Amino acid sequence: MKMKKSFATLLLGVVLLTYGCTESATRATGVYMLMDTSGTYAKELTKAHSIINYLLGTLQPGDSLAVARIDSGSFSEKDIVGKATFNTRPSVANSQKRLFEKKVSDFVKNAKGSRHTDITGGMLQAVEYLQETGAGSKKIFIFSDLEEDLKKGHIRDFPMRFDGVNVVALNVTKLRSDNIDPREYMARLEAWQKRVEEGGGTWRVINDLERLENIMAE
Amino acid sequence: MSMKELLTIWPDSPALSMLVWVLLLVTILYLARTPAHQAIKSSSRILSRAFRLASRAVLIAAGRLERRNRDVLLAFGLDAAEESATRECQRMDVAIRRDLSSYPAMNRKVMEMVAKIDNDYNCGSEVPPEPASWINAVSSVAKIRATGDTQVAKMLADIKVNIDTEHRGAIAEYRKSNSARHAILEKMAPSWRETAQMLTSVDKAVKDLTVRTEVIDKKVDEFETIRNGTDKAARTLASSSMTQFVVSGLVLLVALGGAAINFNLIALPMSEMVGGGSFIGPYKTSDIAAMVIIMVEAAMGLYLMEALRITKLFPVIGTMNDKTRFRMIIVTFSILFILASVEASLAYMRDQIAADMQALRQSLVAVDAVVPVGSWIPTAGQMVMGFILPFALTFVAIPLESFIQSSRTVIGVAALGTLRVTAFTLRLFSSIARNISRLLVSLYDLLIFPALFFDRLVRTHLLHAPIGETKGRIS
Repeated sequence: MKMKKSFATLLLGVVLLTYGCTESATRATGVYMLMDTSGTYAKELTKAHSIINYLLGTLQPGDSLAVARIDSGSFSEKDIVGKATFNTRPSVANSQKRLFEKKVSDFVKNAKGSRHTDITGGMLQAVEYLQETGAGSKKIFIFSDLEEDLKKGHIRDFPMRFDGVNVVALNVTKLRSDNIDPREYMARLEAWQKRVEEGGGTWRVINDLERLENIMAE
Repeated sequence: MSMKELLTIWPDSPALSMLVWVLLLVTILYLARTPAHQAIKSSSRILSRAFRLASRAVLIAAGRLERRNRDVLLAFGLDAAEESATRECQRMDVAIRRDLSSYPAMNRKVMEMVAKIDNDYNCGSEVPPEPASWINAVSSVAKIRATGDTQVAKMLADIKVNIDTEHRGAIAEYRKSNSARHAILEKMAPSWRETAQMLTSVDKAVKDLTVRTEVIDKKVDEFETIRNGTDKAARTLASSSMTQFVVSGLVLLVALGGAAINFNLIALPMSEMVGGGSFIGPYKTSDIAAMVIIMVEAAMGLYLMEALRITKLFPVIGTMNDKTRFRMIIVTFSILFILASVEASLAYMRDQIAADMQALRQSLVAVDAVVPVGSWIPTAGQMVMGFILPFALTFVAIPLESFIQSSRTVIGVAALGTLRVTAFTLRLFSSIARNISRLLVSLYDLLIFPALFFDRLVRTHLLHAPIGETKGRIS
């Protein structure tokens, strides 16, 4: 009788340990990758593709990934190339990653340059997505020269909230005008840094894409 | 107003102010010298006594603990010696049953053999042939004087022929009878050998029993020594406990290594079952689930060993009736077998997941997947390990029991050592407190040495002054 009781207690403990008190969302990582498709930057998309592949290899089951393009009006779900919250089962997550990679490959092959660059709209969309995932660690990777060129009539000069979001600017290329006056490049970076940090987020710039392991560091 | 300003009597000459304060302080200290000395001495005495009392209390506690340790050690030793002696007795019982149960039959057989040999011996003894009855008649006839009578000569010749014939017949009969006796003796040889073999086996069994008896004697002596609670027995048991503690600790470390390998085998595939993205505290749920499975296996192994009466950590299991115990053996072994099979499957799944992940990573970096040569070997190896390790972990119960039992002694000895060191430290503090009063008194006097010097000077002067002068002064 005693043995039965102890066995039942043990079984209950196993069940509780296995299924009870779990906290998956807060441990998960949410990544939103913004790809600038405007003008000459569209040529850089192959680099963005390799970064996405790196992210697919790095993200764990339960993590979320979304890839979106920056075009003339980026605050729209239509600009999302692909999004997925990977299943907690590794085998299913691997299948999801394969599908995701195919979507991104197709996009990179057929991507067309846009006239305008609505970075703020893309950022807003990214923050919204990441808040919805409920992930504990939220990251926005922005693959752009950070030069915003809004369509006439679009209003984007308002403060944004980046609470708990790490924004990482990747491969911020120098424009022709930056070579003439580098202060423009610095001012662009500083403006975005200020905007992100004032919104409660953190800001980093990584131009050396040879060391991709740095991009996931907190 | 600051303290410095308060203490400065003459702001223009701080040295003078300081001197005045020093003089004032020395005077006060001089006046309070006797009560101050008493206060220092009594304080140190109180401290010293308190430390000494504490030291004595700790020593008494150490003594109690030592006695308790000794009692526990002897109780364990007594149990072990009793068990060992009982086991030897059981072995002897088995040997007696095995070797000597057939003794009556063997004895009967030996007696039969001896009787047969005796009979054969009797049959084989040589009986001298009886002289023929007609020999006397022949002798009488042979005495007849030869007179040349042909009739007599013929008769004598016939007699000779008859005698020769009879002689040849007797010789042949004698030879035949000898041959028969030899044949009987030849038949006796296997009986001798068989008897000798029987006696040899009896001798061996008896010698074996003698050896076992000596072992039992030793065990009983050991039991007696422990029961008498001699220092030698306590020392031997303590030393044995220490050795057991170290050895079982090392074996447990090896088992922990095995458990770690087992954990690595099943942690990844467990994420397929319980999800790879959930956490319990800072740990992945899949890791905890894998750990729980290993713990359950270890627990089942422990119960199995208990049910088999190899270990005695849970007396409840050991004292169960044989039927229940047998059921428990079946149940625990079945659970272990199922868990081992699950682990083997998980090990296979681990290999599949790892291969899938590898393929995905290779596809993501645009590298063609490389098919490893002989890739079934690690898969099979992992599956075999996954199946065997749970059973191997079962045997952890044996060193675990030794470790738990010996740790009682080791912890007792360590606690005793700590208490003794504490007692020594308290005794040392007591001694320091007693002697420090002398140092403090001397330091006190050093602070007021000008006043003491002046005091001595005055006393010397008064002592050496003429009596009348002194009296006059006094009056």
